[in-house]
Amino acid sequence: MNHAVHKDYAGAKLGMWLFLFTELLLFGGLFLLYAAYLSRYPHEFTAGGRELDVVFGTANTVILLTSSLLAAMAVTAIQRDARGRTMLLLGGTVLCAALFMLIKYLEWSAKIRHGIYPNSPGLAAGPPGESVFFSLYYLTTGLHGMHVLVGGALLTWVASRVRSGAIHGGDYVLLENGALYWHLVDLIWIFIFPLYYLIL
Amino acid sequence: MTHEHAPHIIGYGKLTAVWLALLALTVLTVWITRLDLGVNRVWGALAIASAKSGLVIAFFMHMKYEGWLLRWLLFVALLTLAIFIGFTFFDVLYR
Repeated sequence: MNHAVHKDYAGAKLGMWLFLFTELLLFGGLFLLYAAYLSRYPHEFTAGGRELDVVFGTANTVILLTSSLLAAMAVTAIQRDARGRTMLLLGGTVLCAALFMLIKYLEWSAKIRHGIYPNSPGLAAGPPGESVFFSLYYLTTGLHGMHVLVGGALLTWVASRVRSGAIHGGDYVLLENGALYWHLVDLIWIFIFPLYYLIL
Repeated sequence: MTHEHAPHIIGYGKLTAVWLALLALTVLTVWITRLDLGVNRVWGALAIASAKSGLVIAFFMHMKYEGWLLRWLLFVALLTLAIFIGFTFFDVLYR
């Protein structure tokens, strides 16, 4: 006999929001470290900030903002039961995620080639403030990058569920929650961008 | 059916308008941080970042159309973060 599966739309959404709050506090901790050490090593942070490329940072900001638009549109599309459009929009979001990671790869590999990485000989011999700055940079953007990868994988899986019909206009909280996770990734970058690329 | 009421659907046009506002704020924040404003650069950039996140949370994440529970929880989370950072600075600033 088929038991009706109990679905709890409000509960599912609440659960995702509670998880997102924990993510806010996680990255909040990293921003707190940044603030505390910026006040302690202002000159070294300024010097370190100059090594970051504003063009790459701005490009990544625009890419993530666009990816958030596409993810939000995907929610609208599934609410209107437009399956094909939903998958296209999710595909666009994941494409933006890939572009972001490509730029991140270019940035990190350029730095590593210049001997800027945690505990590199150059940094170890330099002022402690600079080591702190770059450790924070790699930690924060690295953790954020991991979230981009997880979000991309998640949305790809969600797209496959849309394709199979498991997600549709009457039951789409999985897509909505996936999109919420993606927006958080965008939100964190909205703060990483000015703090690391602009104000130093 | 998973929800009783008709869900609020945000149209593509509105979402695009929010996106354009976000892009404009991005241009603004890059611009004002190129100017020589001293420490006000930091507050300006953070204020714009807060405005951008407000837009993302309200429209992309749908919070404007959610109930009081989610809004209150968001407020509590942000308040916790503010205390977390703010109170640390009561110490850090006076070392």
